[in-house]
Amino acid sequence: MKKLLSILPLLVVVIGVHLLTSATDTMYYLTQMTMSAYYSLLIIGLCVLMGYAGQISLGHAGFFAIGGYLSAALTTRSLIPYQDTLPVKLLDSAGFLLAGQDLYGDSLLVVTPWAACILAVVTAALIAVAIGIPVLKLKGHYLAMATLGFGIIIYRVVLASEYFGEADGISEVPAFVLLPGLSVSGNFGDRVQNYYIAWGLLLIGMVLLLNLMDSRVGRALRGIHGSEEAADAMGVNTARFKLQTFVLSAVFAAIAGVFLTHYNGGIGPSEAGVMKSVRYVAIVAVGGMANLWGALLMGIVLNFLSLRGSFGSYDDAVFGLILILIMLFAPNGILSINVRYRLGQLLGRNKQDREGEM
Amino acid sequence: MALLELKQLHKRFGGLHAVNDVSFQVEPGQIKAVIGPNGAGKTTLFNMISGTFPATSGNVLFQGRELQGKKPFQVASLGMARTYQNIKMFSGMTALENVMVGRHVQSQAGFLASMFRMPWTWKEERDIRDKSMELLTLLEIEEHAHTDAASLAFGQQRAVELARALALEPSLLLLDEPAAGLNIYETAEVGRLITKIRDLGITVLLVEHDMSLVMDISDEIVVLCFGEKIAEDVPTAIQQDPEVIKIYLGEE
Repeated sequence: MKKLLSILPLLVVVIGVHLLTSATDTMYYLTQMTMSAYYSLLIIGLCVLMGYAGQISLGHAGFFAIGGYLSAALTTRSLIPYQDTLPVKLLDSAGFLLAGQDLYGDSLLVVTPWAACILAVVTAALIAVAIGIPVLKLKGHYLAMATLGFGIIIYRVVLASEYFGEADGISEVPAFVLLPGLSVSGNFGDRVQNYYIAWGLLLIGMVLLLNLMDSRVGRALRGIHGSEEAADAMGVNTARFKLQTFVLSAVFAAIAGVFLTHYNGGIGPSEAGVMKSVRYVAIVAVGGMANLWGALLMGIVLNFLSLRGSFGSYDDAVFGLILILIMLFAPNGILSINVRYRLGQLLGRNKQDREGEM
Repeated sequence: MALLELKQLHKRFGGLHAVNDVSFQVEPGQIKAVIGPNGAGKTTLFNMISGTFPATSGNVLFQGRELQGKKPFQVASLGMARTYQNIKMFSGMTALENVMVGRHVQSQAGFLASMFRMPWTWKEERDIRDKSMELLTLLEIEEHAHTDAASLAFGQQRAVELARALALEPSLLLLDEPAAGLNIYETAEVGRLITKIRDLGITVLLVEHDMSLVMDISDEIVVLCFGEKIAEDVPTAIQQDPEVIKIYLGEE
């Protein structure tokens, strides 16, 4: 209940932004706000993994891509050539297939978005289990390298495989009808509802993670971060908890990938790139690692600026620079900077306050 | 039946016999101490009992169950808790939260139940909090419940660590040098707390350097030297044992 209340001000802000853009005739901002919300869904999941469980992943764009690419491919690639194979028959009898026509009038047989979404997210979770079991035995730099390796594999796979559209990616991804009258799509007329779908999803994700952190599981995770040995001696199955957190964050990433792909109407290999993974890690770091609110705020602000093109062609360079500056000046995240204290220090005052505040 | 039974426990690190053929028993309800000079193999012994690493050979029986091959978290869930010589607080968590982690094996809520805050977890969560607060009170540290544990004084951290271990509701508590780094007053204080814990019916096995503490509170003492057990008796007898005196005071 308390968590729900803490989310209320954010809900007010979300509605406020809509009303403000509507009043000032700047509704086009909602598009980037929608996309930022999906990226932030991935980022808060990664925040739990990195900040609370203390496990780094430089491969989360990979999970985002697994979600996005699979749901794009399943909902656009025709299964007619495989009509007689067992998996396709099973999908058909379960009602997961949809017949239609492509742009040129040829008949199509594709997976429905709902089924594709579930398949994509489950696949991402299974891959997370398969990758997580061996690599989560590693720590620090070694874990970073191993997850980086995973990210590179996914990137090269989507880039090399014809099924995933090679360098072009997949386009013409249909709308994802969540409920009658409520669909995830880039249609101009659906802009407002998509803004609310994205933010609704993000708020739900946020409440779930805030709940998780303030629970037996969350305390165990923070314990692992504090002292893995002591957590183990307290009866925490550390290997299992780390794996479950890894899978949870992969699921958040995959869901973000599925939804953003339907919203954009397509996905390209840059979404799977290593620079994207680095960017997500940078944003979690700027947010303060073990700070869900910081991750959410920075996820929205930095993605929004990046999507609006504020960083120009130096986009990735800006994220690299942010990472360096944060590590140097605010390793506990941007929200940890005590502005008044810093100002006082700059002005040469506050000497007597120092003991009290540090 | 003994609560804990070590049978011919042996640990070799390369050519070094860190623990060599050590056997003894811990009876329910007693405070038993393992003493010995530096490098005698005390902490190695502890690490084998709690599952941090396996013994080269020999057996550890806890409540009649074989512990060899079990991991620390499994040993903990059987009812054995431990503390560390260099206190391992969960940094970034309050004293109360540290103790609440100790309730882990006594509670169930998993990922989904916690995320969706299932109604049955509400009571569990309240019980975890109440019980942890009770333990902080028992160890007379309740006023610091909401302080970041890592910022407490060393002696206070010891108390929090004890409360955290007790939160498991262990039948056996292993204390690795509970007086390490404490001054003479704090040591006496910890001694008093350990006796208090024993009086709750919890068996205590401790490794210690500080003779005054060991002689004051232990019911029985095992003396290790270079990995071997050289004596096992009540404190008054240990104080008279010529072999022990030789080790501690040197030969005439």
